[in-house]
Amino acid sequence: MTRTLIANARLIDPEAGTDAPGALLIEAGRIAQVFDTPAPQVADATVVEAGGKCLAPGIVDIGVKVGEPGERHKESLGTAGQAAAAGGVTTLVTRPDTQPPIDTPEALEFIRRRANEAAPVNVLPMAALTKGFAGAEMTEIGFLLDAGAAAFTDCAHVVSDTKVLSRAMTYARSLGALVIGHPQDPGLSAGAVATSGKFASLRGLPSVSPMAERMGLDRDIALVEMTGARYHADQVTTARALPALERAKRNGFDVTAGISMHHLTLNELDVADYRTFFKLTPPLRSEEDRQQVVEALRSGLIDVIGSFHTPQDEESKRLPFEEAASGAVGLETMLPVLLRLYHADELDLPVLFRALALNPARRLGLESGRLARGAPADLVLFDPDKPLVLDRFKLRSKSKNTPFDGARLQGRVLGTWVAGTRVFDAAT
Amino acid sequence: MRFDHRHLLGIEPLRPDEIVTILDLADQYVDLGRRRDKHARALAGLTQINMFFESSTRTQASFELAGKRLGADVMSMAMQASSIKKGETLIDTAMTLNAMHPDLLVVRHPQSGAADLLAQKVNCAVLNAGDGRHEHPTQALLDALTIRRAKGRLHRLSVAICGDIAHSRVARSNILLLHKMENRVRLVGPPTLMPSGIEEFGVEVFDDMEEGLRDVDVVMMLRLQRERMDGGFIPSEREYFHRYGLDAEKLAHASPEAIVMHPGPMNRGVEIDGTLADDINRSVIQDQVEMGVAVRMAAMDLLARNLRARPTEVMA
Repeated sequence: MTRTLIANARLIDPEAGTDAPGALLIEAGRIAQVFDTPAPQVADATVVEAGGKCLAPGIVDIGVKVGEPGERHKESLGTAGQAAAAGGVTTLVTRPDTQPPIDTPEALEFIRRRANEAAPVNVLPMAALTKGFAGAEMTEIGFLLDAGAAAFTDCAHVVSDTKVLSRAMTYARSLGALVIGHPQDPGLSAGAVATSGKFASLRGLPSVSPMAERMGLDRDIALVEMTGARYHADQVTTARALPALERAKRNGFDVTAGISMHHLTLNELDVADYRTFFKLTPPLRSEEDRQQVVEALRSGLIDVIGSFHTPQDEESKRLPFEEAASGAVGLETMLPVLLRLYHADELDLPVLFRALALNPARRLGLESGRLARGAPADLVLFDPDKPLVLDRFKLRSKSKNTPFDGARLQGRVLGTWVAGTRVFDAAT
Repeated sequence: MRFDHRHLLGIEPLRPDEIVTILDLADQYVDLGRRRDKHARALAGLTQINMFFESSTRTQASFELAGKRLGADVMSMAMQASSIKKGETLIDTAMTLNAMHPDLLVVRHPQSGAADLLAQKVNCAVLNAGDGRHEHPTQALLDALTIRRAKGRLHRLSVAICGDIAHSRVARSNILLLHKMENRVRLVGPPTLMPSGIEEFGVEVFDDMEEGLRDVDVVMMLRLQRERMDGGFIPSEREYFHRYGLDAEKLAHASPEAIVMHPGPMNRGVEIDGTLADDINRSVIQDQVEMGVAVRMAAMDLLARNLRARPTEVMA
């Protein structure tokens, strides 16, 4: 039996909220022991010297778009898996908005089979909530759950017919399935590529009021109250929506919320002169919104951070802003980008990993996301201080559409383990 | 005299002294345009391509004439009729034209930011002739020249811009320019036709036209952009004309010397009364057309000077 001791580490434990020296023993794919001394004596163990760097639970990334099936030229499960490993992401929770969509058990099986062959990290596929994202008929939620669907979402296609949505949520509730919504009023947000305000008006871009997010969230929360469904809002990005979320949680509804790495670190002004790599869904918000959502993340009101990794090829981005495709890749850049918040003293590392690992794992009923005895040995070792200038052409993703090209960042992943197996080593 | 730009993409990047530089040169070209022999040689040997992805009569004609009077070889392309119908992207079209070594590329496009995008990809000087709802810099410059000649100055004036501000690139460029030159700008129109964040623009906003026009020196009417409306901004055209159409009665609230402007083409009876538009004592609409040619000559001349000052780029 091989045992691995990661010694002399700085353990980031989101469950205990601690950041302290220690060591960790891996055995049979699980965490066998956590030590509060940096160099414990352990017999028959291969020792990995962490050199005082940070060891945290691997990232569980909800909402990753992979190009399979349909758009393998943008990203395959293989390249997404490599990018994830290099970024410290140990579980990819994939989006169903592929071509064709993942709305049948057969399609879901395809992803699981391909993932086993191609990706070095865990892949948990999500399924569509309605067939073809048409918002008319619910998918085979029961069969899809049996096939291993992690959650049910129509992604950015908001189900506008509330009768359809309420039935799907009621049915999902009976099976204990998690429904993930995209809080956005579909009428107000139609055609919008920017957030209303001076910047959007100066650039002449069609824009949506931040109120559309609040309206979408209010509606979804009302349906949660009505149906009792387990609900997660994929991204809550505006200050206006936060009180609604806070109220829902206080009332004891089974509601959680996520946010993208980009909405925590960028604002609408970063679009500057129509830089399409900054075109995201929902659009980037004001700096005031950004500050408030960072605060909401710190307080725990917002539960989960995701990369919302969305690979797009150069052609689909080299267009006028309105016509350009939306989304950015983020698997490899997520950790160094979010460490900006740590270096700016906006978040500490246990809070960051609470949102990156512990909370998303809990929400999906996974055992991972923790530095605890018996948990799967899904781990990331990183140096939070190492500087780098990001070069998008060095990314492992097939698509290079990151808004952080040329950005000066601090933080580098040194090693990633999935179920005790090292899947990434920066030294090699 | 300084004008340090490679392109003219908008009013936003221009400094006040650069605006004055363009207008001063344009004044000279107004004189040239009134002579029997209208030819100059500022653009001799240069190639100017007009790419209009949106139909336009007056702007395209104005740019064409401006280039010809300065001796450029001018080619105008009606893009909506050609390659984009075949699925070619904006960038590919631009790269194709770029390979023909134009010196000046005049672009009009229905998408905001299209001129910026082209400017990043081509070697020549790009002039924005209107991109989506973003900017239309030569229109603002010709309006400025018209105002300066009619009022004798381009500062400390009170200017009301009226109508469909939300869909108007002309309004954006004019707001930016009039602000840079230290004028008071009022926006008048129904709130559904005001862009978001307008309160941060440093303008006064009125939804009552008579109040908005009170004592202003310049009344700038905008065209109701019917083709840009995705529905339901105003109840009807007749109600719009009743509340926001400019007629003698509403104009009586402005300063007695106020001038009336319109970028054209006009919807007579929708945003402006036909008789008023033709009143040579108030309307400077025909002057705007004349100033348009002169301002475009000046802008292209200045960009060409900068082109010539740069070492020739050797292309592989």
